[in-house]
Amino acid sequence: MHLAQFNVAHMRAPVDDPLLTEFVAALEPVNTLADAAPGFVWRAIANPDDPEETITHEFGDHLLINYSIWESRETLWNFVYRSAHLAILQRRREWFHRVAEPYTVMWWVREGEIPSFKEAWHRLTLLREQGPSPDAFTFKEFYEPNGDRG
Amino acid sequence: MDDLAAVAALNDPVRRELYRFVTSKGRPVGRNEAAEAVGVARPLAAFHLDKLVEAGLLEADFARLTDKKGPGSGRPAKVYRRAPGEHVVSVPPRDYRTLALVLAEVVDLLGGDEVAEKAAHRIGARLGAESAATSLPGLLAERGYEPYDDDGVLRLRNCPFHVLAEEQPLLVCSMNLSLCRGLLEGRGEPGAPRLDPLPGECCVVFPQEISKTNQS
Repeated sequence: MHLAQFNVAHMRAPVDDPLLTEFVAALEPVNTLADAAPGFVWRAIANPDDPEETITHEFGDHLLINYSIWESRETLWNFVYRSAHLAILQRRREWFHRVAEPYTVMWWVREGEIPSFKEAWHRLTLLREQGPSPDAFTFKEFYEPNGDRG
Repeated sequence: MDDLAAVAALNDPVRRELYRFVTSKGRPVGRNEAAEAVGVARPLAAFHLDKLVEAGLLEADFARLTDKKGPGSGRPAKVYRRAPGEHVVSVPPRDYRTLALVLAEVVDLLGGDEVAEKAAHRIGARLGAESAATSLPGLLAERGYEPYDDDGVLRLRNCPFHVLAEEQPLLVCSMNLSLCRGLLEGRGEPGAPRLDPLPGECCVVFPQEISKTNQS
């Protein structure tokens, strides 16, 4: 099984606003880092020819979405918190609003399976409405593929 | 094995030296290398290393220590590295960890990370100011960071806040960075520690020139 993760971030301004310039500039190096990270399987790419283009979607305005698939909890964790990605994450308040509800969700997928954006959004909604479960969980409240609490 | 027994396994000075040597390497270490470093015979080192495995402080594995392959390369050697898990003994019993976890969650829920970072910076500065008699690597070692030189920077092999950093990585790593910046500032030294995490290590690195001045 592979681990899918989907997260949304509420931008403080439109993506082409100067407020987000440094964030947008960091997209290419951080994505390159992800692509080369151990355990990386797949990520949603808006435009293969423009690494700074963000994904367009119907889920809301100023909402940046990020969707990727990894081999394991550990490999995703090491990319998110144990790589140069952490320094970007640390600056999140400069670019994104604080949100009270969960903004990141994980679930297990069969190897080779890439669920749709709609499915990903559904998982996030599930987490928001019903709390963590084997179908929609977080690093903090993690579930193994067999449904056991991690 | 309970925590007290695990810690008590370090009572023997040779064993303690072997434990220090293995954990300072950050990679699996063979019996010969460990015996030579500590200055004891190989069988004695092997005995103590295996006791440390029994105590749950080290983990053993088998690996080829040379690049040779095929006939003549010998069988894989037994190698040791630090076991995951941690052992805390307090006499009388104290439990700061649970409270720290609660407080970290409160800070997170209140969105108080900036305030927490400022507090960490202040406390770092105070600890730094009180540490004038110790070198920076000495101070970091005392505080459990296990510093080591890595090609231009001073890296920290151990995260002293490991359990908290697993629970609240963003908050705890940011607080740790602030604490480290405060330490340096409190010592009146220039330079800025920055975040550069590696899997299994602390998230902060110190610029090298600072470590050099302090090691002299």
